[in-house]
Amino acid sequence: MPDFVSRGFERRRRTPEELGDRLPPGQYVEDGFPVLTAGPTPVIEPDEWSLRIDGMVAEEREWTWAEFHELEFEEVPCDIHCVTAWSKLGTSFRGVSVDTLLEAAEPLGPYVMAYCYGGYTTNLPVEEITDGQAWVVTEHEGEPLPREHGGPARLLVPHLYFWKSAKWIAGLRVMDHDEPGFWEANGYHNHGDPWKEERYWSD
Amino acid sequence: MVGLGGVGPAPVLTQRAPGKWQIATVKAIKVETPRVKSFRLELPMWMPHCPGQHYVVRLTAPDGYRAQRSYSIASSPLDEGEIELTIDRLDDGEVSPYFHDVLVEGDQVEVRGPFASYFIWRGESPALLIGGGSGIAPLMSMLRHRRRTGADTEMRLVYSVRNADDVIYADELGDETTLTFTGTPPEGWDGHVGRIDAGMLPAADPEATVYICGSNGFVESATALALEAGYRSDRIRTERFGPSS
Repeated sequence: MPDFVSRGFERRRRTPEELGDRLPPGQYVEDGFPVLTAGPTPVIEPDEWSLRIDGMVAEEREWTWAEFHELEFEEVPCDIHCVTAWSKLGTSFRGVSVDTLLEAAEPLGPYVMAYCYGGYTTNLPVEEITDGQAWVVTEHEGEPLPREHGGPARLLVPHLYFWKSAKWIAGLRVMDHDEPGFWEANGYHNHGDPWKEERYWSD
Repeated sequence: MVGLGGVGPAPVLTQRAPGKWQIATVKAIKVETPRVKSFRLELPMWMPHCPGQHYVVRLTAPDGYRAQRSYSIASSPLDEGEIELTIDRLDDGEVSPYFHDVLVEGDQVEVRGPFASYFIWRGESPALLIGGGSGIAPLMSMLRHRRRTGADTEMRLVYSVRNADDVIYADELGDETTLTFTGTPPEGWDGHVGRIDAGMLPAADPEATVYICGSNGFVESATALALEAGYRSDRIRTERFGPSS
């Protein structure tokens, strides 16, 4: 028996058995795709969009929408986990691997700050977004990424809580030190591993 | 009309480190609407929150199965030792039906918080609050706190509900509130009907912070109205719930 039991509480949601080991602790399966944004939704047209890799790099790089689409795209099937406890299993995005982007610029520091149109930021160690762990994506399930979900382009880091997958991505700034991004400065965990339930500062 | 003191600006709150899991006791349950109840919880390790923050609630079944959800705090941090959570009953939910159908006064429930420090009002600026449905809960914490401190900091609430019996905190809405019904208003209602429009928003104050909470669709349209009315984009804070489709 657990230490504390909620009187009269029983499981109502059943996670299909084959999915059970894909659901991190404290999460439930959500079939929709909820929208969580801390401010107004930025309106960025593809012809205004560009992506930069800057900061401590051997060579700063920038791609316009057209230039970005000359890079190699890949399909990314994945599960995503929001810190508010929903997970969306078996979804897919399409975009460019962060490996491709960083290789072009040669990072000289171990951390990045992802920065976005609208002012959002989130921090990540370089080693958590390389080796096929992160992408800049422009499509979700075969459709252009909707604006409310970060369109025209968002970062995708499916192995961390989804606030790390910054919407309306504008660039990655390579840094020699770590510093908290937007939610990391506002009470949420610096790292955000859903399998360790790294939700808040105190976790 | 609840009394407004007007003794000066609201005292500015400071944030303390949020707590660990603790076992709260249900002190009172208030039926707000046919779908919404407010739960007053007594906390053994209570700490003051900033209006707008949330607690996480965790339910545990005898087999160890757990479900957790986040709920905004609706009460003022001056209610020492307790918090109020206002919960909308979602029929296909797991936690909200438990709160509505099972929980009675005296029951215990595991919680931890208060968390997140962006969608919060520290008393530092005038505020325009725009709420849709149960999105009013964190805004009510701000409104109650302003009243409790007797602050003369300007605060306005624009509140959109569907039908006559959907008004949460109906007996607490005062002169600062503009209420509109998008469905069926009460009989004899001569106030606003229909979705929030530009005419319901007060003239833009460049110093004001705007707090918008509701479904994603509600937040999107209310945000567009606030921007059109001249409120600053970097002063608009939003909290959204519900799937996008």
